[in-house]
This record gives sequence, structure tokens and C-alpha cells, in this order.
Amino acid sequence: MAKLNLLLLAVLVACALGLVTSQHKARKLFSALEREHEHARELDVEYGRLQLEASTWGQHSRVARIAAGTLGLRVPDARRVRLLARDNAQ
Amino acid sequence: MTAGSVAAQGLVRLPVWRARVVLVALIGAFSVLTVRAVYLQAVKMDFLQEKGDARYSRVLEMPATRGRITDRHGEALAVSTPVKSIWAIPADVQLKPAQRKGLARLLGVSTRELDRKLAEPERDFVYLKRQLAPEAAEAIARLRLPGIYEQREYRRYYPAGEVTAHLLGFTDVEDVGQEGLELAYQQSLGGTRGSRRVIKDRLGQVVEDVQSIRAAQDGVDLTLSIDSKIQSVAFAALKAAVERHRAKAGALVALDARTGEVLALANVPSYNPNNRAQLSGAELRNRVITDLFEPGSTLKPFTIALALESGKVTPQTLVATAPGRMTLAHYTIRDVHPAGALTVTQVLQKSSNIGAAKLALAMPSEALWGFYDHLGFGRAPQLGFPGAAAGRLRPHRSWRPIEQATMAYGHGISVSLIQLARAYTIFAGDGELVPLTLVKSELAAHGEKLVSTETAGAVRAMLEAAVQPGGTGPRARIIGWRVAGKTGTAHKQENGGYAADKYIASFVGLAPVSAPRVIIAVMLDEPAGEYYGGSVAAPVFAEVMQATLRLLGVPHDAPLEPLPQPASDAPREST
Repeated sequence: MAKLNLLLLAVLVACALGLVTSQHKARKLFSALEREHEHARELDVEYGRLQLEASTWGQHSRVARIAAGTLGLRVPDARRVRLLARDNAQ
Repeated sequence: MTAGSVAAQGLVRLPVWRARVVLVALIGAFSVLTVRAVYLQAVKMDFLQEKGDARYSRVLEMPATRGRITDRHGEALAVSTPVKSIWAIPADVQLKPAQRKGLARLLGVSTRELDRKLAEPERDFVYLKRQLAPEAAEAIARLRLPGIYEQREYRRYYPAGEVTAHLLGFTDVEDVGQEGLELAYQQSLGGTRGSRRVIKDRLGQVVEDVQSIRAAQDGVDLTLSIDSKIQSVAFAALKAAVERHRAKAGALVALDARTGEVLALANVPSYNPNNRAQLSGAELRNRVITDLFEPGSTLKPFTIALALESGKVTPQTLVATAPGRMTLAHYTIRDVHPAGALTVTQVLQKSSNIGAAKLALAMPSEALWGFYDHLGFGRAPQLGFPGAAAGRLRPHRSWRPIEQATMAYGHGISVSLIQLARAYTIFAGDGELVPLTLVKSELAAHGEKLVSTETAGAVRAMLEAAVQPGGTGPRARIIGWRVAGKTGTAHKQENGGYAADKYIASFVGLAPVSAPRVIIAVMLDEPAGEYYGGSVAAPVFAEVMQATLRLLGVPHDAPLEPLPQPASDAPREST
């Protein structure tokens, strides 16, 4: 009887320690998951910022101003434009 | 047995009552504990659980990111990006004078303003500054001041600024739509905030997700039908024209005639939605959709279309317009260029008021009213845009003959520019009135067929004649594509009458005539100096139409030759 009790006690202690360990592991993993979620959010925010930046730099009016002012480009005269129908081009 | 012998055996016989007392005391103590335990477990459990939870369990708000708005090619037009707001618990704030000065400088407020906000110790929460730039917020966080906290918020940025201001509208400090499409699509753009319960450890780190009370749903991105390049060209051209003619305001709308998509929608004056410190009502108005005006001659094509549809006239039928004036009741209708007899085509080409009035008077008022009603005049367009104006179209029963006559050339009826542009879709296709959309669709739209294909084609040919030399709008022509359109010049309504020297110049047209793709309507309010639609609005139309057709890659349908210069005395429409 005493032997069985001792055995059960040992099993109980082992289980308790296991529970503690797994709980600890779960919390650690959860922390890591949380960090990754946060990272994903940050990346999304950065994507938004980059989109904003791309759109700001790529504003048609700005491109047109630089093209006309700095680079001296201009829209070609309609007479010098050839439009090709799509099936002819292939 | 003697006491001595008992002592020798090591045994003392204690009185029985002592054991009883101890037993009773123990039982009593255990009962007290049991009762207390039951009390705590059963009666006070909720309260205690709550107190316990309050020490480590937290409900976190999960903010939903507002959806982005992009143009039809995915170019970002409105993006929310996080900023920090600084808040304080006034009672906890203890600042040294130097710290106070530093904080005020970083917040961009005066020390007095800061003191005023912190002077209410009974309040638990005071915003010191909302929507601070991330760098300033970081600097404040580094100061590690007691009682000062930061909160993450979103701020909306509009990279195109004033170009798309009226169309997109803006959001308030809570990132909730207040105007324009931001307001119209608030439901889907805004998403829904979520919340979840978590366990935090001593360091404030989330260690366990207990339950997700409500998952946050991010706002859905919105893809508009707008082409940001066309929009930019349209805004620039309109702004230049408003400045050149010292007009009070201007509006322009470009439609895809096949799909009913709005390609560009521009208003001048405009404002910068990223910095709305000084805004006036005039700048905020979206004139294309919410402003009404008497369209003037741009309405004549509809009168003529109805006359043709009724079968009573053909484009070659002669209409007597001599001697250039016609009196109905007490009102005289005048033509700027009196002519004898004009064909129906010439009535439109020369923009004869008398011709249009006579054609209208030959039809029953009910038919005219019914046609205008079907064209959508007097009814707010189904755009989902807040504040879309319905316009004014009085019921035909109350019409007097003079009203029927003036309505034929666009007076006594008020419309919005977008209604007018939409009505022109019946001339672009085979007579169908196409429903409009501000959201990308790309599918050919089908609407109600109002006139026959033949009538639509005939009016289109007349509209093309109107922009040839000899018509009122030769400056609307462009190299490489055939255009068709109608000028309009109307006296402005003021105080119930017409202002003698204030005009609204307009032009509505479509191109290319062989297979119409684009409809553009332009309106300038109170141009100073020149005020005819043909000289004020038509050049804007030409500039934007040329750029639009080039950007859309529409094949040429006209020889690429310089345009014949119109005679300097091009006919002007009557007002």
C-alpha cells in the first residue's frame, strides 16, 4: 500500500512539473506568436506608408512637372503618334 | 494507585473535559473556516474573481485598420497610417519646470495651454495632443514622465491632395468619414473594432490569450473608377481655366460612356485634405454632384432628340426663326444671330433658342416632361454620394407655354453637372441612359433605352456639326479624334431672377464620334470677361479630352492634320 502511494506521489509530482513546463512553454510560444502578429501589423503599416510614399512621388502632376521642366520632355504631337491595333502587333 | 506511581509510569490522567474543549474548539474553528469558504466561494465569488482578474487580465481593444482607397489602377488615393496621441492622468503628473517646457515644445503647444489641460485633477483622462508625428511621440516617450501616456491612433493621408479632395472627402480625428466617399463608404471602409481578453505578466507582456471577445475586422479596400492620371490632368486644366477667366468656380466630370464609370471628377476651388485648418464652405462644395445650375443650351440636344423621336421632324426639316425674336405672353425669346429658316441640324449648330422653343412647343408638355424625367433630371443620381442634388423639374401640369419654351433651351430647369453628363450617354451609345458608378466595374453597363439608335446617331452628327467651324464650339475640336458636343451659356440665377452680367459657361461633349468612349462635361461659374461656353469651357473640354483619349489608348478616327482655324466670328449661342 505504501509503495503504491509513493509511486502515485512520484507520478503526481511528475505530472505537476510537466504541467508547469508545458504551461511555461505555451506562454513563451504565445509571446512569440504575439510578437509575430505585431511584426505583421508593423509590416502592414509600413506597406501603407510605402504606398503613400510611392503615390506621393508618383503624382501625375509632379511627374509631368519634372518631365516638362527638368527633362525638357513634351507630349508628342498627335500626328507623330502611331496607334497599332493589338492583333497587328502580335 | 497513588500519584507517585502514576508519575513513575509517565502517565498523567487529565480531566476529560479538557479534551472535549479542544475538540469543540477545533470543530468550531473548522466550521468557521468552512462557512467562510462557502461564503467566499459561493456568495462573493464573482466579486473576488473580478478583483483577481483585474490584477492580471486585461481586455485589449483591437483597432481595425481603415481600408485604403485606390484608383482604378491601384494607385493609393487615401491611406491610414498610425500616429500617436499623447494623453495624461492629471493627478499623476508631476513636472519640473524644465520638463514642462520640454514637453510643451515637443507637443507644439504653449506652456500655458499645457497647464490649463493639466489643471483638472479630478479628470482621469486628458488628451494633451492628438495625432502627433511619430518622431515627436518617441521623444516624449523617452522623457519617461509620470502620468503621461501615448495611444496609437490612425490618421488618413491623401497623397493627391487637392486634386481628389472633393471626391474622397475626409475623415475626422477618430478616422471616421465625414465627407465625400469617405462618408459614403464608411461602413465598409471603417471595419469593426474587436476586443480580446488576455493575461499580462508583471512586465506588462501578454502571456496568454484567454478569449477573443470579438475579432477585429479590417476595413475593405475601395477601388474607384477614377483614373488618377485623367483626374490630375482634368484638375490642372480646370484650375488653369478658372484662373485664366477669373471665374468664381469650376467643375468637370469625365465619364466612360460604355461602362458608366466616372473617370475624373474635379472641382475648383479646392482644398488640401491633409491640412484642413482653414476651410470655407465654398472650397468644400462638390459642385459636380451637389450644385445645381440652369444648364442653358447644353439641354437643347434633348429637345431635338425628342422631336426627332416623335417622327414629326427630320434633321433637314426647316424651322422658321425669323426675325430672331419671339414673344410669348410677356416674355421675349431672342437669338444672338438672327437667321431666317434653319434646319433642325442648324438649330443645334447655331444654338438657336427660337428654333428649340418652337420644336418644344410642337410637342405635348407631358411628353417633354416625361423625357426629362426619364433622363434623370429632378431625381438624385444613384451614386451613393452624400448630398447628391436632385435638381428641379417642375411637374408638367404647372407649366405655362413660356416655361415649356424656355425649358427647351435649358432655362427654368436646374440640374447638376453629373446629371447633365449622364444624360449625354444616350447620344454616346444606341440611346441607352447608362447608370453611373464611382466604383470600378469595367463591365459594359446597360440602362434604359430612351431614344432609338437612329435618333442617337442623328443627334450625334448634329453635335459634331456644332463643333465644326460655323458651329458654336469649334474650340472643342482636337487633333486625331472626332468630337461632338454642345456649348452652353446661361445667365446666372440670383434672388429669383436672372443676373444680367453673371453667366455660367458650360460644354458637354463626347469623343470619338465613330465609337464614343468618353463624355466630358465642363462648367465655369461667373467667368469674367469672355463668358461664352464656346470660348471658356470648350477649350478645357478639348484639353482634357485629348489627354483622356491618349491615356486610354483610344484609336484615332480623324486625320492627323492641323485643325482648320475657325473664323474669328464663330457663332455664339444665345443666352
